[in-house]
Amino acid sequence: MSAVNAGSGSRNPGDSGEPAILIEHAVKQYGSFTAVNDVSFSVGTGETLGLLGSNGAGKSTLIRMITTLVPLTSGRIRLHGVDVSVNPDRARLSIGVIPQAMTSDVDLSIEENLSIYAKLYGVPRAERRKTIPRLLELVNLADRRNSLVGSLSGGMRRRVEIARGLVHYPQILILDEPTTGLDPVSRTDVWEMLTTIKRERQLTILVTTHYMDEADRLCDRIAIMEKGRLVALDTPFALKQAVPGSRASTTLDDVFVHFSGRELVS
Amino acid sequence: MMRALAIVERELRKFIRTPVLLTMTLVMPILNLLVLGSAFGGQVRHLNVAVVDEDGGPAARRVMDAIYTLQANGDVVRPVMFANEVEAARGVRDGSVQGAMILPSDFSRRVYAGDEPRVGLLLDNTDGVVSGAIRGLLTGAVQEARRPAPTPRVGRAVTLDAVELYPFMPYMRYMLPGVVTLAMFMTVMIGGGMSYLDDKQRGVHEGYLVTPITKFELLLGQNLAGVVKSVAAGVLVALMGALIAGVLQAFTPLRLLALVMLIICVSFAFMTMMSCIMARMDNPMVPRAMFGVLNTLLYFPSGAIYPVQSLPGWLRWISVINPFTYGVHGLRAVLLKGATLPVVLPDIGFLILFSMLMFTGAVTLFRRTL
Repeated sequence: MSAVNAGSGSRNPGDSGEPAILIEHAVKQYGSFTAVNDVSFSVGTGETLGLLGSNGAGKSTLIRMITTLVPLTSGRIRLHGVDVSVNPDRARLSIGVIPQAMTSDVDLSIEENLSIYAKLYGVPRAERRKTIPRLLELVNLADRRNSLVGSLSGGMRRRVEIARGLVHYPQILILDEPTTGLDPVSRTDVWEMLTTIKRERQLTILVTTHYMDEADRLCDRIAIMEKGRLVALDTPFALKQAVPGSRASTTLDDVFVHFSGRELVS
Repeated sequence: MMRALAIVERELRKFIRTPVLLTMTLVMPILNLLVLGSAFGGQVRHLNVAVVDEDGGPAARRVMDAIYTLQANGDVVRPVMFANEVEAARGVRDGSVQGAMILPSDFSRRVYAGDEPRVGLLLDNTDGVVSGAIRGLLTGAVQEARRPAPTPRVGRAVTLDAVELYPFMPYMRYMLPGVVTLAMFMTVMIGGGMSYLDDKQRGVHEGYLVTPITKFELLLGQNLAGVVKSVAAGVLVALMGALIAGVLQAFTPLRLLALVMLIICVSFAFMTMMSCIMARMDNPMVPRAMFGVLNTLLYFPSGAIYPVQSLPGWLRWISVINPFTYGVHGLRAVLLKGATLPVVLPDIGFLILFSMLMFTGAVTLFRRTL
């Protein structure tokens, strides 16, 4: 299967020489509260970056800034060279968003959910006819295409949402806590699916999670946010090395505790 | 346009799969028509009236016979004999009777002498409908005093039957245009207002905003979907209501055309207004709380259940800018007076103008970001 949509050939990842996601001094203020405080980092094309942080650290706000939902107070975010503040519609076309809340319509079928989103992205009919069955194959739901989303398990619904985020062949996939609330089997399912999709479509993935083992196994690099700031960014291995007194059994949990200055309550 | 239509498609697919919503929006107005239409303007019955007969003469007996006739025919008035005026007055005050009639001691003599016979009537005027009914009924009854011989009860039953049945139909008909408009208003309130903020709460809205849809397309889609739902409810209730209220003269092609045009314009006016109000709202409790407020502010002063001409000045101003008023006015002309399109053009004109204003307001107020 061809990984890149023919229509977006001119925006082939890497063409611009820019990283997939480039964040420079991003700031978001709500009144006197600074939700995101001067965050800068970049995500290379094809890379999987895990964004970690405790609740309220500013992850979701940062994601909403990248996905054009929240305007920046200052700073700049570029997706393959496209500034999200200057050209939001082009930026929107290059990202697939899988939000934290499951928002598929429970009283519509899987296929209808996907079809409506494809139309919202302006995917023409002929393209939709080809894409949707393929996506359903990809997320292992081809035999359930006419089932109402309300009749699916949590893991299946998550897969519907992932397929929905891919209807317009985005180059970047952004997932906000995709495995929160899922049982261990469904979690493994979702991550395996993401790995397959990433390989087949050469996607850049930015994902937030609270599960350290997942982040460790699947992310190329890990970014840790705390109180609106970026406090660490490196490969899981390097981050573990950086923890004082690190040894072979050091986990990302230890890394998280070290960088966020918090104690894990067990 | 494909994007706006995708919104419409989603809303309508959901709408037809949740028959509860459609049923509820239809049941309430039809119930309104049946219950209010039968309750108001119908004959007031079972009225306890205290009677103090200080006279006891033949004229007083004829009046009493007339009252017993009213009781025998549909239990309209129930006479309760009281010993004196003081007790009767107390009965009216404490509510055990709704009115009191006092036949003074010289009543029969004055009737025969033609010397301005008078009957005392104590009324509880805190309830205008009941006291008005008693006044009307007893005015009829006291006329009997002058008749030489009481007419037999059975012979009079026919006239009284007419009093029984007739008054409720006209009021139900009077209510029909308001009820049709109410059906549209409710559909917009539930299917446009409440479900929109529920979607916003659930994050569905956020899902739209990450796609390249413009706010114009998004609002257009939501408004068109709301209008289709509202038109469906309006047409259904108009047809069902017309059958229930027995207004069959509306069913000619030209009148149906005017009816559907009006229903479409009223739907646009309501939906764009809702869109404008909801543009900046997040809390899904707000439309639920607002429903009562808007209902009171728009439905009641619209002429739907009471004539606009009876409103005081400040309320009349509300009715002038109230789309409900024009909907009710237009629908009344078509459904009850057999008007066609040219007659209701002014109403349609106002509704179109109002919709354009509200849609512009919605587009201006709506924010593309969170």
